[in-house]
Amino acid sequence: MNRLMLAAAALALSAGMGMAQTVRIATEGAYPPYNLVNDAGEVDGFEVELGNELCKRAELDCTWVKNDWDSIISNLNSSNYDAIMAGMSITEERKQSVAFTQNYIPPTASAYAAPDAGVDVTTAVVAAQISTIQAQYVAESGARLLEFATPDEAVGAVRDGQAEAVFADRDFLVPIVNESNGAMVWVEGQDNIPLGEGIGMALRQSDTELKAKFDAAITSMKDDGTLNQLISKWFGEEGVLY
Amino acid sequence: MIASCADPKTLEGLTWLMCYLTSGKHVLFYLSFGTVLVLLAVTAPVALLFGFGGAMASRSRLAPLRWFGRIYTSMVRGVPDIIFFLFVPIALDQAFEWLRARLYCDPSVPIRQGNEFVVCTAAKLPLSSSPEWVHQTYGFALAVIAFAIVFGAFAANVLYGAMTAVPRAQLETAEAYGMSPRQVNRRILIPQMWTYALPGLANLWMILIKATPLLFVLGVEDIVYWARELGASKTSAYSYPHGDWRIYYFLAILAFYLLMTWGSERIFDRIRRRLSSGQATAAGEAMRKAAT
Amino acid sequence: MNQCLQTIQDYALRSIGLGEWMLPRSDFTLCQQITLIGSGLIWNLYFGVLALFCGFFLANALAVAKIGRNPWLRKPAEWFIFVFRGSPLFIQFFLVYEALVMLPRAGIDILGLTIQTSWVTKAWAGALLVLVLNTAAYSAEIFYGALRNLPKGELEAADAYGMSGWSRYRRIVWPHAMRLAWPAYTNEAIFLFHATTLVYFSSFPAFRQQGDSLYYANYFADKTFNPFVAYPIVAGYFILVTLCLIAIFGIFNRRLNRHLPGAATRLRYRPNLVR
Repeated sequence: MNRLMLAAAALALSAGMGMAQTVRIATEGAYPPYNLVNDAGEVDGFEVELGNELCKRAELDCTWVKNDWDSIISNLNSSNYDAIMAGMSITEERKQSVAFTQNYIPPTASAYAAPDAGVDVTTAVVAAQISTIQAQYVAESGARLLEFATPDEAVGAVRDGQAEAVFADRDFLVPIVNESNGAMVWVEGQDNIPLGEGIGMALRQSDTELKAKFDAAITSMKDDGTLNQLISKWFGEEGVLY
Repeated sequence: MIASCADPKTLEGLTWLMCYLTSGKHVLFYLSFGTVLVLLAVTAPVALLFGFGGAMASRSRLAPLRWFGRIYTSMVRGVPDIIFFLFVPIALDQAFEWLRARLYCDPSVPIRQGNEFVVCTAAKLPLSSSPEWVHQTYGFALAVIAFAIVFGAFAANVLYGAMTAVPRAQLETAEAYGMSPRQVNRRILIPQMWTYALPGLANLWMILIKATPLLFVLGVEDIVYWARELGASKTSAYSYPHGDWRIYYFLAILAFYLLMTWGSERIFDRIRRRLSSGQATAAGEAMRKAAT
Repeated sequence: MNQCLQTIQDYALRSIGLGEWMLPRSDFTLCQQITLIGSGLIWNLYFGVLALFCGFFLANALAVAKIGRNPWLRKPAEWFIFVFRGSPLFIQFFLVYEALVMLPRAGIDILGLTIQTSWVTKAWAGALLVLVLNTAAYSAEIFYGALRNLPKGELEAADAYGMSGWSRYRRIVWPHAMRLAWPAYTNEAIFLFHATTLVYFSSFPAFRQQGDSLYYANYFADKTFNPFVAYPIVAGYFILVTLCLIAIFGIFNRRLNRHLPGAATRLRYRPNLVR
C-alpha cells in the first residue's frame, strides 16, 4: 500500500514537471469496484489505481476523463482521449474497432442475479447495460433484453420489478448481492458464466507505440505480483488472481 | 469538509445527513447549478446575435443571403432540437481538428483511418497536454455553440416577425425626413421592433431555460449528471451507502426550474409594461388612457 | 437494390419487434440506416399521435377549469399548468419514471381487484403518460388564452338567443375558441412530435432494442463513428413529419373557418413560439 501511495506522489510530482508524454485515459466512473466517483467527486477504484501505477512504470503523464459508457469507444476513435480503462472486456467484435493491451484482469465470470434463484434466464426479462458483452449474450440467449445506460440502472430495474434478472460482471454484482439482505440472490447454475477474454485497456489501433508501453507495464506488474495485490485489495476474496 | 465527518460510518441521523450533503461530490452538484446559469448567461446574448444576423439576412436584398436566412430560420421548425445538439458538437469538433490538421500535420497521413478520426498531436483541440479544465471548457463551448445555433434560429424567427410588425407608416415617415435605408434601420426599425419582439423573446428565454438539461446529453457534467450519479443506490464501497434516492434529487431540480421560470415571468411582466408605454399598440393605448 | 429490398423486409418493422432479431453489427449500408431509422419513426408517430389525441381532451377540460370561477377546479388546473409548463420535459420524464417504479410491484389492491402496475414503467405507457400531461398543460394554456379573447358580442348574441350552459359552450364558445387557438395549437403539435425524440434519452429503457428513430440513429452514429449520415436521416424524416402535420392541421383549420368570407385561404402558418 505504502508503495502505491509513494507512486501516486511521484506521479503528481512528474505531472508537475510536465516532462512525460500526456495520455488521457477515459473511464465510466459508475462501475464499482472497477471505477467509481468517490465521495470527494474524484475518480477512484481498481482501474484508477492500476492505471496510475501503469503510467508511472511506462513513464507517462496520465490524466483521467469521465465519459458515458455508450459513447466511450467512439470518443476514443475520434481522439478525445487516448485510452479506455472501464472494465471493458476484450471481445472479437470490439477488436475490430479498437486495439486492446493484454488483459489486466483474467477472463472473469459474468453472473445473473435475481430476486428469485429459480428464474429461467432464457425466457425471463433480463436487464443489462447497453452495448456490453452481457447485453449481447442476453440478446443471443433468446431472453427478453432490457437495456440501460448505466449498470446501476440495470440493477435498479430488477429491484423495481421491471426486469426479472440482471446480467453483469460477477465482480460488480458481488457487493450488491451481499448487501441486499437476501433481496437479490444468484440465479441457480447461472452465477458463473465465463465471457470474453478478460478485461484490458483499449487504445486506438494506430497507437501501436502506446500499446507496447502499456503491455510492458502490465507484464512487469504481473511479474512482481503487484497486480495480484491490487486485485485482492479491490475485489477481496472473490477476485481471480493471475 | 467538516472535521466531524471524518468517519461517516459512525454517524447517524441529522449529523449523517449534514455530512452527506456537504461531501465533495455534493459540492460539485451545487456548483453544477452554476454551470446551467453560465450556459444561460452566455447562450442568450450569442443566440440573440445569431438571431439578429438571421433576421437581417432574411430581409436582405441579396438573393443568396436571403435564401440562407430563410433556410436557417426555418430549419428549427422541421427538425427536433436534440438532433442538432447531438450532431453539432461532434461535427464542429471534427471540423476544427480537420482544419488544424491541414495547418500543422503531415498531409500524407490520412485523417480518417478506417473507423478512426486521428489528427497528429499538434493539431489536437485542445492539446492533450492541456489541463483538464481546458478540456471541460472546450466541451462546454461546443455545447454553447450548438445551443446558440438552435436558439439563434428561433430568435431570428421572432426578430423577423417583429421587424415586419413595425408599422410601415413610421418607416415611411423616417424616409420622408430624408434618412437613408441604413439610418432608418438603425434609428427607427431596430429601436421600435423590441416591443413587438418581447413576447416572443420572453417565450424563447423560457424555452432556453427548459432546454438546459439537454447539456447532459452532450456529456457535460451538469445537474442531471450529478443528480443521477448521487441518487443512484450506493453499496458500502462508498462512504455514504444509501438506497435509490434519485427521485429526491430530481425533485430538487424540478423546484429549481420552477423557480427559474416563475422568476423570469415576473421580470418579463415588468419589462413589458415599461416597453409598452408610448407605443401604438393596445397595451400602450391602455397605459395612455390610465394616465390621463 | 435487391439487397436493399431484403433489408427493408428484415428491418422495416424491427422497432415493434417483427422481422430480423439481430441489429446489423458491421458493414453498415445507407439502406440499413434509412430503413431502421424509419422503423424507429413508428414509435415517434405512436407517441405523437396518441399524446396529441388524449392531450386535446384533457387540455379542453383544464382550460375550462382554469377560466371558471370555482376555485376548487381553478386552483388545481392553474398549478398543473404551472408545473408542467414551468419545468423541462426531460426532468418530467426522469421524475415520472422514478415515481412509477416506486409503485408496489405486486399491484395495487382496490376493493379486492388487483391492478397490475408493472406495465406503467414501460416506455409505451409511462412516456406516453408524461407526453399527454405535458402537451395537455401547454395546449390548455393556448385554449385558455383563446377563451379569454372571445369577442364579447358573440357571447351576448348567444345569451340573446336564450342559449346557456352546455349548448352555449358547444355551439358558440368552443368552436370560436378553437378557431382562435388553432394556429398556436398547430405549433404545439409540431413541438410535441419533436419532443417524442426525448423518450429514449430519458430514463425509459429500450426494450429488446426496440427504440425510436433517434435511438437507432444514435446506434449507427456510435457504431460507424460518423455523425454525418445517421443524424441527417432523422432530420429528413422529421421535416417530412412536420410538413404532413402542417397539411393536416391546415385541413382542420379550413373546416373551422369554412363559414367565414375568404375561408378558403390556407392556414397562415406563423411560426409563433408558444412553448
